[in-house]
Parts: sequence; structure tokens; C-alpha cells
Amino acid sequence: MSGLAMPKPDDATMRRRDEIVADMRIIVPGEGVVDAANAMRAFESDGLTAYRQLPLVVVLPETVAQVSRVLKYCNDRNIRVVPRGSGTSLSGGALPLEDAVLLVMSRFNRILAIDFPNRIVAAQPGVTNLGITTAVEQEGFYYAPDPSSQIACSIGGNVAENSGGVHCLKYGLTANNVLGIEMVLMNGEVVRLGGSHLDAEGYDLLGVMTGSEGLLGVVTEVTVRILKKPETARALLIGFPTSEQGGQCVADIIGAGIIPGGMEMMDRPAIHAAEDFVHAGYPLDVEALLIVELDGPVVEVDHLITAVEAIAIGNGSTTCRISQSEQERLSFWAGRKAAFPAVGRISPDYYCMDGTIPRKELPRVLAGMRELSEKYGLGVANVFHAGDGNLHPLILYDANVPGELDKAESFGADILRLCVKVGGVLTGEHGVGVEKRDLMPEMFNQVDLDQQMRVKCAFDPNHLLNPGKVFPQLRRCAELGRMHVHRGEVAFPDIPRF
Amino acid sequence: MTIFTPTTSSEVLSSVAWAVAQASPLEILGHGSKRGIGRPLQTEHTLDLSKLAGVTLYEPAELVLSAKAGTPLAEVERLLAENGQQLAFEPMDYAPLLNGEPGNGTIGGVLAANLSGPRRLKAGAARDHILGINVVSGRGEAFKSGGRVVKNVTGYDLSKLMANSWGTLAVFTDVIFKVLPAAETEVTLAIRGLLDDAAASAMALALGSSAEVSSAAHLPERIAARVAGGALGSDAATLLRVEGFGPSVAYRIAALKTLLGKAGPLEEISGEASRLIWQDVRDIRPFADGREKPVWRVSMTPTQGHQMVLTLRMQAAVSAFYDWQGGLVWLRMEEGDPEAALLRGLLRKHGGGHATLVRAAPAHRAALPVFEPQAPALAALSQRLKQEFDPKNILNPGRMA
Repeated sequence: MSGLAMPKPDDATMRRRDEIVADMRIIVPGEGVVDAANAMRAFESDGLTAYRQLPLVVVLPETVAQVSRVLKYCNDRNIRVVPRGSGTSLSGGALPLEDAVLLVMSRFNRILAIDFPNRIVAAQPGVTNLGITTAVEQEGFYYAPDPSSQIACSIGGNVAENSGGVHCLKYGLTANNVLGIEMVLMNGEVVRLGGSHLDAEGYDLLGVMTGSEGLLGVVTEVTVRILKKPETARALLIGFPTSEQGGQCVADIIGAGIIPGGMEMMDRPAIHAAEDFVHAGYPLDVEALLIVELDGPVVEVDHLITAVEAIAIGNGSTTCRISQSEQERLSFWAGRKAAFPAVGRISPDYYCMDGTIPRKELPRVLAGMRELSEKYGLGVANVFHAGDGNLHPLILYDANVPGELDKAESFGADILRLCVKVGGVLTGEHGVGVEKRDLMPEMFNQVDLDQQMRVKCAFDPNHLLNPGKVFPQLRRCAELGRMHVHRGEVAFPDIPRF
Repeated sequence: MTIFTPTTSSEVLSSVAWAVAQASPLEILGHGSKRGIGRPLQTEHTLDLSKLAGVTLYEPAELVLSAKAGTPLAEVERLLAENGQQLAFEPMDYAPLLNGEPGNGTIGGVLAANLSGPRRLKAGAARDHILGINVVSGRGEAFKSGGRVVKNVTGYDLSKLMANSWGTLAVFTDVIFKVLPAAETEVTLAIRGLLDDAAASAMALALGSSAEVSSAAHLPERIAARVAGGALGSDAATLLRVEGFGPSVAYRIAALKTLLGKAGPLEEISGEASRLIWQDVRDIRPFADGREKPVWRVSMTPTQGHQMVLTLRMQAAVSAFYDWQGGLVWLRMEEGDPEAALLRGLLRKHGGGHATLVRAAPAHRAALPVFEPQAPALAALSQRLKQEFDPKNILNPGRMA
């Protein structure tokens, strides 16, 4: 991936930069246009910091009309646009392009409506994920999807990435919690999908937009479902001598009809790194540590704690602690939540992967990772959303050692290939972006990819919105338009009757 | 007239390829249980998927089930029930309303119509549970999207695009759904004798509590008598379903009783009796009258539902009942005229949403937009998608027009 090829900058656009900047200042007056290199530096990368690029110009619109005019202006003149929320993408989804306007939605930061009887909140896309919960928590409500970047990530970005979080096994992803959006197409048209009602009147374009990584439209308003906070939550901290036993325990919990609010697993290197860092009281003599959180009414939580404890013991757990206070519950989570910075302490750099696998394949994938770790000479620590099979291997490397970044990336790619091989996928929640773009053919053949590009062609036929992301190869829409089946090529002397 | 009855996905592919080559449209059919919905088709040929059947993968511990598109929904549900699991979105059966044979329908049809049921409120619809698909587009191209794991953001979610596409974008050959444990216990709390507006307030109060109500419906006076063989009697019934583990359900029902004690007389209905009521609410039994009076399915802002009906009643004779906390309104037009323009105009004034004419005489279905018309930019976008996937208009042409 280090040799990442991005779309070749368009010379005509580069030559007209001054004119484009001036026109942007007309569309977005005041402080909303940033063109000085030192000021644009703050926008040169997102959460995937290995890649940096200054944009052509940064534009921070404040109104839907401005977004529409910027996009229409760019569409008419063949200028590329990269949308950006808070810039927390871990896959390079908001990586600027040298010849593209970077459209930053952070000034769209207002809550528009709170409707408790219908349990919905309408917000501008730059409102943070946590900001929605903050706006409604005085009435005991919250917004369920909780990506770990929730303090910073924007709800518009959540729509673009279909963000998940620790609680999505029970409460669903962004796609399951968003009721409607307003968006602007690349041609400047404003479209509303959904609203405060359920389901679509026609094709489920809201479902397609969610997780489309900023390639189909720019979200200007989001309506989400809010939920009443559970009465209580308690957690179990369970250690196992082998990852197989931990995996079987997870399967048995689900087999017993229990869908916990959160179910996280860590492997030995991650346990040790976390314990050294936050002293959460994690057992150090286990190969797998499972945190199971149950939420709901007290009677339900107590009932299920007992059931989960029995399942854990039945699977040979060597330690099983049950939180007796809110403080203790939070201490169980402290290590898991600090796992990334903890790994950052034991290694100068780390690279976070995001594959999903069928859960039963966990032992095989962990074994495969150990082999790869030896092959590449790089360590790896694993945290794992155990309930839904979403792995986050953290590859340890040192960017100052020449060649190590490349090695880490090759290691990561091999892990993702292994995930696909066992029936899993390249990304569970971080998105394809630029990071996994060139691995897409591992999962999809050209015909599969062409269908995804056809969706792109319906929304943005000139490939101007966030090009270079998601698709390994850009094919012109006209080229895609050719029919693969022509009269005469199909040999049907008779009408087939099966 | 040719009826193709493929038994493999490659036979589906060659059938569609043939139709594309001939530029001859196909009606895409499972069991035909929802054939009466949408603009009537006038295709010469039919692609019957009912022989493309069978569950191909079911791993309860992984919460995943994959089946060929023509697999009977009943077979899938039976298999899941044997393992204490279910399709949590509770797909409804239109057969009683459309004078069909109850219990038909294929798993592919569940996705094509984006079916759901009373639990939609909490658990979502087919669109929320589809994980992956194998399909053949109207270009005669076989492709896949998604996968068999529950968490996946790799590429666009074309599986969701297929939800509610009514066979107009692609022919499904395989569908992969997320499945979930079935609740151990269910209890319904019925508040009796409420008028529509009091029922709306009670449902909003219940849904805004931490009782985790999974379904909330209101059956006005007399309509209530038409579910579960009349077990409820004819007084209005506002129904709140609570599901889960026994101790939790008991606790939450008690909490609801405290919360709603002043709303009206309360009744507790459990087990099989509760299940029968929700099944009949789900399948629109109150309007399953064997007739052809137009029936609308309206999805809108929950607290606006009864208000729109009140206004509508000033201009048309209608029967109505409510699911989804009032956000799903089932309307029967008693005078025989669908009153599409009137209804859709009122819907726009009451917060928007969509109205689908799910039962009507063929002449009405041919003359009126059965599905809610879209704003021009959105309609154009949908049309461009249709063009991309089915440029020759081979698949169910005009059904969603």
C-alpha cells in the first residue's frame, strides 16, 4: 500500500487554482475558505496518518445552499471533491487529493430537532456522535452506536462509514439506527432519503448511502433513532487457558439465546500491554480474556450474569470476576478501552487492522497470525469484538526502521487475505478507503466490483466525488455501460425450459 | 408464453441472459404470494424461482443462515424455531389480505418486498438483517455483495439496495440473513377502551420508558374483535408487547403497569394468546375480508398517524388501525375509491412518509402510482439506478412505476 497510486492530478484544475479559490470565496464568504499551505496542514490526513496530502483548497461551508453550489461548481468544471467530517477515518477515507477541493463539514454543528415522543433527533452532520447523546441524556436517552472515536467523530462521518462500536451486536450499526438523511449529489441536487418514518418508498438508497465512504453524496442532515438508557449494566471478566475455550464460550452464550450489550476478547499480548498500562487487574496467566457486558433491568442482568458465569465455568475458565459496582465495571473496560494506547507504549508504531471472520474460525486465524508474525518478524496484539467476529489485530512496528512500514502493511494485507479465505471480509467497521482499496479483488471479482461502480455511476457519473477511494481501478461509466450479453452470443436454439 | 423454472443459479443466469438477448421482459416470481402488489405486469414470460430452493448454510452459533431465493419462508422459520432462533424482523404474510393461501412466500420475496412485522419498531426490517446476496442483474450478470458475517462494511451495501426493489433490479439466487435467538417469553399488556389520541400518548409513553417494548399497536373499537378469533372482544385495545427472559419480562410488565395505570383498564395476555394477536396484527387480519376494497399501508411519523386519519375521515369513509407506535397505519377505504391524491396530500402535511396501495382492483393499480411518488431529483436518481442494473427493462417492468 505504501506505493499507493492515487488518481493523477488534473493539470487544468491545478493551473486554475487561484481562480477556483476566488470562486470558492464568493460561494462561501468569510472564514470558510482556507488556501494557505500552513493552515491546510491540519487537514492533510485523517486517522490513517501514514498518508498525507495537501488539498487544492479547503472549503468549510455553513449552509446546504453553499454545499450545493460548491458541488455544482465543481461538477460543471470537472473538479474533484473530497468530503470530510471530523477526520477520524482509520482507512484514509478523508485523505485529500492534490487537485481536489476538501469539503469540510465541521461547521454543520447544530442539533436541529429533538422529538422524545417519536424518539428521534435530527442533527447537522458535523455534530459529534457523543454530541447527540449529550443533547438527550438529561431525559435518559442515548444514541446507541458508539465507535471508540465517538467523542470526536461526526454523525455525518458515521453515516459515510456505517460506524459500529462495542454495542452494535445488540443495538445495531449506524445503518440500523439512522432513519433519514438529506444529502447533496455531485450535480448540486438536494435529495432527502427517509425521514422520521421507517423504510423507503422505493429503492433503499439510505441503505446504500450508509457506508458509501463519501463517494455518492455529501450528507447535510441526519435523523437518528434514540433509545432509553438501560437501567443498569454489569460485566464479567473471564480468563481462559486457550483462545479455543474463549471462542467456544462466546458461541455458547449466543447459543443460550443471550445477546450481550458488549462482548470483547483480547489475546495474551494485548492483555499484557493493557495491564502494564492501566493496571486494570487483568489476569496475566491466560491466553484469552473475555469481557461480557449485560445491560437492562436489574433482574434481567442478575439473571443473565448467573447464566453467563455457568457457561464460562463449563468452558474451563480459570478466572471469572463479576462487577459488583459501576466502578468495578468501568475498571474491567479500562484495559480494553486503553488497548490501543497501551500497545502504543510497547511499540513505537502500530497498525490497526479490521477484518471480520466467522467466529468459529478464530483459533485458525490466530494461529495463522502467529505464523505471519514470525515470517515478518513483527509482533501482533489482538483485540476482538467477539460477538460479531470483528478482529482488530494491532501490528507492532517502528516507522523509523527503513522498510518496517512496508513490512507491517504486507503483514496486514496477509491477515486480511486470511480473513477472506476463512469466509470473512476485509473490513468490519473501519471502511475500505485507500487502505484496503487494492485488496478489494481478494473478496470481489471484476463483475462484482462493476456492480458497485454502477451505483457510483448513477450518483456521480464523472467520478468526481472522493475518487481513488474504495475502488482499486476506476472504469469510466460509459465503458461499464456496455452490455455483456449480446444477441447471438447466447446459444439458445430453443427457449430453455428448466 | 414461457415459464422458466430454474433449479440452479446458472439456470437463472441463462434464463435472464436469454430474456436480455430477446429483449423480452420477465415476471420474476417466487410463490406469487405478493403478486397482487404493484402495477400489474404484462410480460410474456415468467421466471419462477420456486424450484430454486433449499437452505444451504445454517450455523446457529454464528447467527447466520443462507438459502436459495425460492426457499419457502415457512421452511426457514421452521428450521430456525427448531434451534430456538428466528428472523427477528418477523416477516408478515400478505396472503390473508390478498385472498391467497396463508403460509406461502419465499425467502427471496421477503427481501424483495423488505418485509417486516410488529417487531420492526425494535428489531428492524429485512433490510436490517440481510448480510449478503447472490443475484443476476437485468444485464444478465451474476454477482455477489456482502458476505456471511454480521459486521461488514466492505464496499457498497448492494444487499440493502435489493430490499424493497420488488424484482426490478436483479433476480436473487441466494440470500444470507442474520438470525437471532427467539425470545424465551412474551407478554402483551393491553390497555382497553382508548380513543386514538389517548392510545398514541400511551404508546409514546411506553416506548419512551426503559421497558424495552418490542411492539406497540392500537386496534380501535370493533377492529379489535377481528384478531385472534375475537379473543380480545370488541373494545379498543392498545397493545404493548414485551419479550425476553422470564424474570425480565415480568419486571418490565410490572413497570409498564405502574407507568400506564391511569391510562385505562389493563389486561395481561401471555404465551400463545399473545402470539396469535401479534400474528394477526402483522398479517392485517382485520382487513382480510375476502373483498377488494382498497387497503393502504402508510409509514409515517408515529405521533402523526392518528391525526392524519382524523383529518382523512372528514373527507372519506375509512377504517384504520395502527402498528409501530402509530407510525404504520393500515387503512381500508370503505367507499371503494383509493383516494390516492387526498391521502398522499394529507400525508405530506403530517410530517411525510410513504403510502403504498397494497390491495386494490387491477384497474386502480394500473391507473395509480401504487408506491409513493418520489420528489423529482430522487425519482431521477432511482431511475438511473434502474438503468444501470436493468437497462433493457427486462425485470418486472413497470411494477414500481
